[in-house]
Amino acid sequence: MMAPILEVEKLSLATRSKKKLVSNVSFTIGRGESMGLVGESGSGKSLTLRSIIGLLPPGIEQVSANIRCSGRCAMIFQDPIGALDPLCPVVGQLAEVVAYNQKVSRKASRKIAFELLDMLGLPASLKQKDRYPHQLSGGQCQRIVIAMALACKPDILLCDEPTTALDVTVQHQILEIITRLQKELGFAMVFVTHNLAIVSSMCSRLCVMKEGQIIERGDTLTLLQNPQNPYTQRLISSVLPVPDFERRPVL
Amino acid sequence: MKSIQLDTQLQENRKGKSLLKKVLNTPPLLWGGMMFALLIGVAVFAPVISPYQPSHQNLFAILQPPSTKHWLGTDQLGRDLFTRVIYAARTDLSIMVLAEVIPFCTGVFLGMLAGYYGKWIDTLITLITDTLIAFPFYLIVIIVAFASGAGQKGIYITFILVGWIVYARVIKGLSASFRKQEWIAAAQTLGIPGVKIILRHLLPNVLPQAVVVLMTDMVGLLVAIVTLGYLGIGIAPPTPDWGTMISDGQSFIATAWWLSAVPGCAVVYTGIALSLVGDGLADIWRRK
Repeated sequence: MMAPILEVEKLSLATRSKKKLVSNVSFTIGRGESMGLVGESGSGKSLTLRSIIGLLPPGIEQVSANIRCSGRCAMIFQDPIGALDPLCPVVGQLAEVVAYNQKVSRKASRKIAFELLDMLGLPASLKQKDRYPHQLSGGQCQRIVIAMALACKPDILLCDEPTTALDVTVQHQILEIITRLQKELGFAMVFVTHNLAIVSSMCSRLCVMKEGQIIERGDTLTLLQNPQNPYTQRLISSVLPVPDFERRPVL
Repeated sequence: MKSIQLDTQLQENRKGKSLLKKVLNTPPLLWGGMMFALLIGVAVFAPVISPYQPSHQNLFAILQPPSTKHWLGTDQLGRDLFTRVIYAARTDLSIMVLAEVIPFCTGVFLGMLAGYYGKWIDTLITLITDTLIAFPFYLIVIIVAFASGAGQKGIYITFILVGWIVYARVIKGLSASFRKQEWIAAAQTLGIPGVKIILRHLLPNVLPQAVVVLMTDMVGLLVAIVTLGYLGIGIAPPTPDWGTMISDGQSFIATAWWLSAVPGCAVVYTGIALSLVGDGLADIWRRK
């Protein structure tokens, strides 16, 4: 394994009233590696992700944590439309992020923003006429959000269920884009989701979380084929089989 | 790849309705706007509309009832009432607008600071607003007006001192709710400095609400100006002002009731116009 780019050691989070939300979560990620973080809602996977980038909601504190991050983080959010300023045109927002992160002039930042638009397959008409987030589809907004994350030149991309709020067909496109960009740019990735199918195609390693703890971890395929923990087994068996494929031998 | 191209076509979105159409579809804004425009027009063109001077006295024609020569009659010094009412609109409206500028800016700014940063800034600003709000507004107005001497100065000073509270309270709540939204968090992770987030992203989002508050608050301010004039600590005569006119006409209420009623109606008219505008704007921004 390559030198770790992100190390999370004994991360514990609790509310002010000392209710434990996440306890003793540790993992490391190497450069360019992608890791999935799966579990049911409320298992603390999003909180773990957010504490890496320092975005804990008010009222939640880090009880103990040792997060070593030797690179820049950027995050992709679950609700793409909610992650954009509703009253600011999208290319303007993108250019602003570019300007602050790459320390370039306003004009140059627009040029880089246009390049990012092309990279993410956004329509060229945005270059002539900027649009507001509500004028774009969810998939287009998510592309803008990804472009904004990439404008930070991240070494680690944190994905907080980036496809949950999207249509199934658009989900596929977004995942394709993320995979392609990871190949091109080589950032590491932490992918939070509860969709095991996505994880198996995106991530080489997997951590299963339940009630704020990592209960099982390992190589994605091995873990999915041979789950040890009863909770992981239940999680896998809860994926609805597609009826047509049922009769064929699995893998 | 094909599926990607499908999504890249921009959604056919409904053309943003033109501003005029929006206004026409909002009766309160339409009527309020017309009433207010009429008022402004009359105030601006006062010298053209009226053949008399506001302080020109004619002691041979005092306390005359409305006639073709004097549309609304004359007061106890023989001054044309209609002329005085529209000249008073100039005085009162200009003070009203000028006195709102500084409180509006400071209130919105402090409100955003408190709502965005929270913690001690919020505590401090809440402490100040809650303390000041505990005093009756008119008590502060009268004390400051006395201390600074009668005239417009008192109104400006009072309003700079206490006028921002309304905005600060409303905008603080609003900013705090925006603060919880994902896009502010996103902007922070993307390395945009806090001040920039406040000015470039938070401000445009809270501004509509602030303008609605501005409209209703201006009504309150106008009433305060008129009240001070009525009490004799506002605008000093001979400058025409609705408040002074109401109190001057009071002695003749039995014989020449219109002397007090007309400026009173002018205040009510302005109040209705501004309230309608505020209501209409709130409607438009809610619908969006």
